[in-house]
Amino acid sequence: MVNKNLKLMQGNEACVEGALAAGMKFFAGYPITPSTEIAEISAQRLPRVGGKFIQMEDEIAGMAATIGGSLAGLKSMTATSGPGFSLKQENIGYAMLTEIPCVVVDVQRGGPSTGLPTAPSQSDVMQAKWGTHGDHPVIALSPSSIRETYDLTIQAFNLAEKYRTPVFLMLDEVIGHMREKIEIPDPSDIEIFNRITPDESEKSDYKAYDNSLEVPKMAAFGEGFKFHVTGLMHDEFGFPKNDPTVTEILMSRIMGKIENNLEDILLYDEYYTEDMDLLILSYGGTFRSVMSAVREAQRSGKKVGVFKAKTLWPFPEKRVKELSKKVDNIIVAEMNLGQYYYEVDRIARNNCEVSLLGKANGEPITPTEVLKKIKEVL
Amino acid sequence: MAVASKLLENNFRMNRLPHIWCPGCGHGIIMRGIAEAIENLGYDKQKVCIISGIGCSSRAPGYMDFNTLHTTHGRALAFATGVKLANPDLKVIVVSGDGDATAIGGNHLIHAARRNIDITTIVFNNNIYGMTGGQYSPTTPHNDLGTTAPYGNVDNVFDICRLAEGAGATYVARGTVYHAKQLEKNIESALENKGFSLVEGVSICPTYYGRKNRKGDAAEMMINLKETTLDKKVAAKLPAEKKEGKLIIGEFVNKAQPEFCEEYHKIVDKFTKGD
Ligand SMILES: Cc1ncc(C[n+]2csc(CCOP(=O)(O)OP(=O)(O)O)c2C)c(N)n1
Ligand code: SF4
Repeated sequence: MVNKNLKLMQGNEACVEGALAAGMKFFAGYPITPSTEIAEISAQRLPRVGGKFIQMEDEIAGMAATIGGSLAGLKSMTATSGPGFSLKQENIGYAMLTEIPCVVVDVQRGGPSTGLPTAPSQSDVMQAKWGTHGDHPVIALSPSSIRETYDLTIQAFNLAEKYRTPVFLMLDEVIGHMREKIEIPDPSDIEIFNRITPDESEKSDYKAYDNSLEVPKMAAFGEGFKFHVTGLMHDEFGFPKNDPTVTEILMSRIMGKIENNLEDILLYDEYYTEDMDLLILSYGGTFRSVMSAVREAQRSGKKVGVFKAKTLWPFPEKRVKELSKKVDNIIVAEMNLGQYYYEVDRIARNNCEVSLLGKANGEPITPTEVLKKIKEVL
Repeated sequence: MAVASKLLENNFRMNRLPHIWCPGCGHGIIMRGIAEAIENLGYDKQKVCIISGIGCSSRAPGYMDFNTLHTTHGRALAFATGVKLANPDLKVIVVSGDGDATAIGGNHLIHAARRNIDITTIVFNNNIYGMTGGQYSPTTPHNDLGTTAPYGNVDNVFDICRLAEGAGATYVARGTVYHAKQLEKNIESALENKGFSLVEGVSICPTYYGRKNRKGDAAEMMINLKETTLDKKVAAKLPAEKKEGKLIIGEFVNKAQPEFCEEYHKIVDKFTKGD
């Protein structure tokens, strides 16, 4: 191929470009480092494609407006970082129960509290999973390069629309602010999923929460369906019900629509896992240090495999379990003090030792640190 | 004026009625006022969207046959801002309680007003948190009782209308459930204003506020509303001592100013309308 569309791009910029390629037409948010460029570039780009940007008064409002935008029919996104992600949780839970597709980008920074605004971390992995009250499934993706940020943002929109759910895109500051040359794919090569909408014939008895479907069809406000949406437990028409049976049916459908489609949702990459004595599991920016350390270790004859989770949640349980049977040790490398580690340990501990290479001082994990850890184990 | 049954048929989800408000609650009167206003103005019902937060008042959208959204406590205006900006063809109405709108949702209220986004907000002000059982709200009068103000409320009150005006609302009015017809007219004017409009509907909660503060039953509370309010126009002609302690009702602001979605669309149009 000749006319390659090559661009030097920052991670946060690639996220916006990916979102636009996926059809984003609405962005509402509140600035916070290190996610701010996502808002700034969206503000610049959206009106040019007939979309809308609004800077709300806080993150709670940003999340609420994002949900509103989606309900009015536009593909919607918001972006934030740790403290803002905490504020958004109330309305994230709302979107989960009311099944409103949208993308929530979290460019993680050091925490807790306002913590380290400009330092990288992967400290919100568990917040993504358990940040809200109540049970609901979570889809969270995490890229480790600029091109992957572009691709996974598109994927985040596709999964949101397909499963009628908020989807998290978990960047870390390393990826958000790094620049890399990427090749922008031709729009005709990108697969786009748009929400399934009801047709005219369904107007008189439209069930916004039809339990006979795994993912109910979604109408937009203003199209003539006049439905009700509530954050209370609801029946198939969307009206409040506190009947245990109704709640059980709704909850099991919401959990099931993700759990029954793991094949479609789970994305991960493996390197050298065919023949290995040790496995390192990593994700996001940390993967880059892991990979360079592992290449180094391979050169000195050490057999180290790498598992890179691109889908953080749902957890790639089946595959991690299989891999844990092939080795004596798994190292989990992450920029926190052991969030994903506990999940890996829970799955793998019966088959092998699981240890943590964790760091939460605002500096990324270096290849040297990974090599040192490899030498400790092997 | 539409007769009640037609009004019900045209605007309400008959299978969702009767409502769950307590006997004597004032909220139903304001809900009816909203329906009457929509009916009188002849809006396309497919294009009307009613959004609420959480509270007794916020239950209203569930009964009304439009695009309806029952959101999180205090956040209705933030959801509504997203809906309106995403689809400015929708007629967006927010229904909120005094606590919902001015305590937890106070920040969203002042900023929606500041933007002058075309949303009509109706605040059902019963001076108390009804749904959670009678705790004091930002509009509970100083020294009045609430379950969390057992020795009298120490807080001072918000004047919701002055708050909205100060923040930039381009239509502001206050009515009461006793003066139902006037309230309905205010809601109509608010809906017709292109910009952020707020109507404070002073309501009654005989169950909590009334009982706790010995205000009598619903009928007595209604009479009290009548006796303690003064129309703005009447008040203008009275000496100060005659206005003391009275609540002024009527239209306070009604002015034309650039509206947020229209202003934003000018930017969009610049890029998308080729000439
Ligand atoms: C985040 C959150 N905090 C608190 C509550 C509990 N709560 C529900 S309604 C309400 C107050 C309602 O009062 P108001 O808005 O005045 O409406 P009313 O019920 O009097 O009509 C409160 C505090 C909640 N649902 N969500
Ligand atoms: S508690 Fe008060 S506000 Fe709530 S329904 Fe009863 S009377 Fe109305």
